[in-house]
Amino acid sequence: MNTAMPIESPEPLREERVPKNYITESRTLKSWLFTTDHKRIGILYLFSILFYFIIAAIAAALMRMELITPAGDMVTSETYNKLFTIHGTLMVWFFLIPSIPAVLGNFVLPMMLGARDVAFPKLNLLSWYLFNAGGLLAVYAVTFGGVDTGWTFYTPYSSTFSNSHVVEMAAGVFVAGFGTILTGLNFIITTHKLRAPGMRWFRMPLFVWSLYSTSVIMILATPVLAMTLALMSIERIWGVGIFDPRLGGDPILFQHLFWFYSHPAVYIMILPGMGVMSELVTCFSRKPIFGYHFVAFASVAIAIMGFLVWGHHMFTSGQSIYAGLVFSFLSYMVAVPSAIKVFNWTMTLYRGSISFATPMLYALGFMGLFTIGGLTGLYLAAVGFDVHVQDTYFIVAHFHYIMVGGMVTAFMGGLHYWWPKITGRMYPEKLGQLAALIMYLGFNLTFFPQFILGYLGMPRRYHAYAPEFQIYNVMSSAGASILGVGYLLPLLYFLWSLKYGKKAPANPWKATGLEWQTPSPPPKHNFVETPVVTGPPYQYSAEAAEAEFTANEKGEAYG
Amino acid sequence: MADAHAALQEQFEEMPQQKEAATLGMWAFLATEVLFFGAMFMSYIVYRTTYPQAFAEASHHTIVLFGTINTAILLTSSFTVAMAVHAARQNNIKWLFRLLAITVFFGLAFLAVKGLEYHEDLNENLWPGPHFKSELPPQAQIFWILYWIMTGVHAVHVTVGVVLLSIMAWMTSRRKFSDAYYTPIEISALYWHFVDIIWIYLYPLLYLIHRYSA
Repeated sequence: MNTAMPIESPEPLREERVPKNYITESRTLKSWLFTTDHKRIGILYLFSILFYFIIAAIAAALMRMELITPAGDMVTSETYNKLFTIHGTLMVWFFLIPSIPAVLGNFVLPMMLGARDVAFPKLNLLSWYLFNAGGLLAVYAVTFGGVDTGWTFYTPYSSTFSNSHVVEMAAGVFVAGFGTILTGLNFIITTHKLRAPGMRWFRMPLFVWSLYSTSVIMILATPVLAMTLALMSIERIWGVGIFDPRLGGDPILFQHLFWFYSHPAVYIMILPGMGVMSELVTCFSRKPIFGYHFVAFASVAIAIMGFLVWGHHMFTSGQSIYAGLVFSFLSYMVAVPSAIKVFNWTMTLYRGSISFATPMLYALGFMGLFTIGGLTGLYLAAVGFDVHVQDTYFIVAHFHYIMVGGMVTAFMGGLHYWWPKITGRMYPEKLGQLAALIMYLGFNLTFFPQFILGYLGMPRRYHAYAPEFQIYNVMSSAGASILGVGYLLPLLYFLWSLKYGKKAPANPWKATGLEWQTPSPPPKHNFVETPVVTGPPYQYSAEAAEAEFTANEKGEAYG
Repeated sequence: MADAHAALQEQFEEMPQQKEAATLGMWAFLATEVLFFGAMFMSYIVYRTTYPQAFAEASHHTIVLFGTINTAILLTSSFTVAMAVHAARQNNIKWLFRLLAITVFFGLAFLAVKGLEYHEDLNENLWPGPHFKSELPPQAQIFWILYWIMTGVHAVHVTVGVVLLSIMAWMTSRRKFSDAYYTPIEISALYWHFVDIIWIYLYPLLYLIHRYSA
């Protein structure tokens, strides 16, 4: 792909003259807390989101335990309300939204472009502090008193009736939102202004295209959420009627404003995953991506059209039927670019030289799960069917197929793929494959029964249910425990690999892309000298890979 | 030689690139700001369409004199900050400092007038809630809470702008800027213009509804 291969190999002096990388460059805690290095900030985000993920996952585990029996016998309904609020708010704003963009994006975006850092490194660090300030506020709200509104904060319940820490939670989301905005802003400017010589727009990896589209959503949608939550909090604090029907206010307006952010936010939570997919599928099929331009523009199209479909969350909440029809039609339209991507990945696999390394297992899992999640999304875009399953487990299953089956799977795939670059160590491959498989099975067992539950009419957000639903709920809870093992395993072997993992070469996957042309882990400014790009991305050759494979039948290519 | 400028940060290759990045960054941030205010403007539009009569009545209680004075102050300050950028371009550091100081003064004057106005509004019981002015229809409370929030958030932005321009003035006095490097001045001015533009929309929407029929 590139002419410049700036991998420095200093003379093999027998002394320990290992060149410093971004980790060994300085080892004090202060050097981490005040770092402006995008790679270190990515790591800081990784630890932070892990913290919020664990809290939110515990809430999910408690909910699944409660739902094993039809009676509400483990927690009270109030506690259950607080549990699903913890799970929703923390998972959405403090895990999913920053997961791929702020961790993997921060780490690899500048390297993929051949840049030394993002455009505004100090703002990047500020993002992390804002994110955690918001996150700690949210954790404070849920630990001291709890919040029971669900992650959607619907008025007038949130603004008038709820007796919980709504304002603190809203403030947490508000503050963290500005962290997200600054991350998006940084990515946009970095992509515009810091590309290496020769890195034209259509030579950029597709992960960059998806992050760029995501960033546009971040800076245009997040401020609306911030203001909406501010309006809701003002109403709650002073009892003034912005959304209060008694004073002429309109609760539906709150829903419009909320979903004007929160539907695009769904694309913040899946577009980066799609970007990771494009990297993984090409690398492990040893083929250039099929239809590069289509995949790139599909990201942009999703970002734009994602702003026009928010009303499909409100089919049953009192918006006009004509609005419902338009939103239904537009929701069908937004499925087109998503389908383009899935078809293009599939075509990339066709006649490729496919290997089943861990990242590829996640990628293949993504394709199946995302397709189920996407197609059930089309069911929900149909007004008639949606009226039947609104607020049932069908919705819960649908968005978990996208968010967990899609985004978390892609995040795990990406984390395994770039782990050697991030840490300089290989993870244990066999265990990795095993974990990917466990996760896939556990996920399906958890969420597929919920489609049936929802179709049969079990409503979401209740801690007790009719006895005939028990069998599916038991299946779901059993699946959740398997899923839990699937998450715990990587946590353990990733930690293990930091010390005992095999040392990673600069490019363990023989992948194209500038991030692989610098040592693992990379030096502080990423490249020893600025790379020059001379061709399109993904210059893989399936034929060459096959020839190489047959040449050494022992084929220990991927450890 | 431009490459060797002390203000060049390590992630950039050269000064023009850094300047373009900073300017584009401010424009992107202003796009965020537009959407931030957008949620309020949207609420305003929805409620004004729903309750046109109540909004017109409520609007008559705004103090149009203060609003007009403030409009004049902000428009003038936009002119002075534009002249400040011009002075920087001409390498006229003395006038750069003076014009920034004048702009800061206008910003403070705006806040002072706004403070007086808020004081009057509170005396008139125009804060929504149980003590709200009783002769107004109930929906007028929505107009007034939007008035408080929109002008309040705008005033916060004016305050941020005043602080920003004060820092610029201080940096100017420390000889940080010249015609070779004045990007911070330029993007601070952009921000100030934005604050001004928001006010240009707020003024007719809040103060001038149906004034002709008064």
